[in-house]
Amino acid sequence: MNNVNRIKNVKDIKKGFHDGIPIALGYISVSFTFGIMGVASGLTWWQTLLISMTNLTSAGQFAGLGIMVTAGGLVEMAMTQFVINLRYALMSILLSQKADKSFNIISRLLAGFGITDEIFAVAASKNRTISRYYMAGLILMPYIGWASGTAAGALLGEVIPAALSSALGIAIYGMFMAIIIPQARDNHKCLVVIIIAAVSSCCFKYIPLLDNVSSGFVIIICAVLASVAGAVLYPVEETEEE
Amino acid sequence: MPAERFFIYLAVMAGVTYLIRALPFALCQSKVQNRFIKSFLYYVPYAVLAAMTFPAVIYSTDGIIPGIAGTATGLLFAYKRKSLLMVAVVSCAAAFAVEMLCKLL
Repeated sequence: MNNVNRIKNVKDIKKGFHDGIPIALGYISVSFTFGIMGVASGLTWWQTLLISMTNLTSAGQFAGLGIMVTAGGLVEMAMTQFVINLRYALMSILLSQKADKSFNIISRLLAGFGITDEIFAVAASKNRTISRYYMAGLILMPYIGWASGTAAGALLGEVIPAALSSALGIAIYGMFMAIIIPQARDNHKCLVVIIIAAVSSCCFKYIPLLDNVSSGFVIIICAVLASVAGAVLYPVEETEEE
Repeated sequence: MPAERFFIYLAVMAGVTYLIRALPFALCQSKVQNRFIKSFLYYVPYAVLAAMTFPAVIYSTDGIIPGIAGTATGLLFAYKRKSLLMVAVVSCAAAFAVEMLCKLL
């Protein structure tokens, strides 16, 4: 019995590891950009790297860097991180529903650190429960990719042509599109939710007054609005999500 | 910036970011039964990613024309069910190519 479990655990780690590789490669391009910006903003390379290694979040880090270099207040820093990253709380609650019995409190506190948009999306799109072994495998490569990309950007940033580093800025959105577009194609309910979220997000960008709302709040407002609409219009069948 | 100041910023930044995602995961151990909340949670990931992507993707490079080119290419490859990495790479490549082209013209 013990042996059977061990084989399953190793299989889970490997599967997670495999699923994490594309995320890691995507992260390298985005964190490379962060590395370039960190040094360009006046931090040292190791300070920039340390931010990536302790935060592991894209939008939050870019915003936090801005606050550091403009010598913003600590309350502003805390509030900004809270708002931009509040979406992780929603993801975290959802993942807690998919976590199987292998998770104890320690592994939950450890795995919680690795819940990012992409890791969440990949884990949540599994049609079954997830084990702590799968999560560990899934988080490992993206973490290494995020850290090494930052270090590379911070150290090499100055020799990279500006046109190339600018083009890398779109990489993270490419990954997002690769997650939502196939889902929209397969499931018209998700398509409607995605359209509501995208259109309301555009409203915050283009309509005067609404465009004053900070980007972290915009994401939360639009996501809650679209998900509530989805839950009201198309409640999930009991059998659908297990 | 003095090193001391940097570490205070870092602690606040990393602390808030960590707590916000680890606490719900650690504390929510029972299964949600309510159908509305279940449905809501089912749609959240797609809604979050859609709200983050649109319209920001168009402005993610220097200049809106490379941004639109990268977005269109990414959408096409995503629609064809290409992998995360593939879609990310072709979006960058398209944006880069158009950026170069804009410079030449």
